[in-house]
Amino acid sequence: MSVIASPPGMTLVADHAHDHDPAASALSGFWLFMMSDLVIFGLMFATYVTMLTPMSFAGGPGPKDLFDLPGAAMETAALLTSTFTFGMATLAIKYDLGVRRVMFWMVVTLALGLVFLGFEIHEFAHMFAVGAVPQRSGFLSAFFGLVPLHGAHVTAGSIWLVLMLIQIGRTGLTDIAKSRIARLALFWHFLDLIWVGIFSVVYLGGLA
Amino acid sequence: MSPQKQQSRADAYRHDLRGYQMGFALAAILTIVPFALVAAGTLSMMAALWTIGVLGLVQICVHVRFFLHVDLSPEKREELYLMIFSGSLLAVMIAGMLWILFNMYTRMM
Repeated sequence: MSVIASPPGMTLVADHAHDHDPAASALSGFWLFMMSDLVIFGLMFATYVTMLTPMSFAGGPGPKDLFDLPGAAMETAALLTSTFTFGMATLAIKYDLGVRRVMFWMVVTLALGLVFLGFEIHEFAHMFAVGAVPQRSGFLSAFFGLVPLHGAHVTAGSIWLVLMLIQIGRTGLTDIAKSRIARLALFWHFLDLIWVGIFSVVYLGGLA
Repeated sequence: MSPQKQQSRADAYRHDLRGYQMGFALAAILTIVPFALVAAGTLSMMAALWTIGVLGLVQICVHVRFFLHVDLSPEKREELYLMIFSGSLLAVMIAGMLWILFNMYTRMM
């Protein structure tokens, strides 16, 4: 690759290793996306915390009236285990343990992701049933801005998992499939990291 | 593949596997402890919030190290700097937002 073709700032570094490895540069690009996503989540967290005052409850239900600890614990267990099972899929790819083993761990991860989404939808349905809808108070608007945003990410990750399962089922573990699964793995681990913030701030903080 | 090469590959696999297992075990402990504390409800509210906050930050570091594989090694420097930069930006935005809004809140009381 010629020096002209790379961005001006980058030419100061005499290391062109990344230029020759599309998988590595795609992964770096995905890191940039994740960090900008992190900023969105961070500001949603900040908004949520400013809405934890009695004034923002507007006479409506607060955290102690709405959240239950066992439900949050089940969601956390499902997502944390799924991040570990995705790790197993990554290892199966890295050490060529066969496409069947990779698909097995990806299916387990997908199943745990769906269990998580099931608990979350159940929780939201319960909240709607008792009148805790987003337009009820500032607190509830902030809650429904933050937690379902994470749920939407998990939904997107699950769809991505299904697509990758179809792809490696049809064409096997090609380089492009491996590179896509590597980014999906980052995305999935990142979502579990965000969930650590959610269960700490929203559920445990709200019930403490 | 030569036997030695196969052996070192098996060792590398075990090493990587142990990394994920260790991360999972640490993350599980760091999750169970704050849940148990809140379920027991013995700590005062401030003490409980501080414990949850500190354990949460430690757990985030565990996830970054064992699942996202970002550590202090030179190969991971780019990701590490990117994370520290994004984290610093976020800290300024969040701290500033909370400062201003809670200041307004106390003025309205």
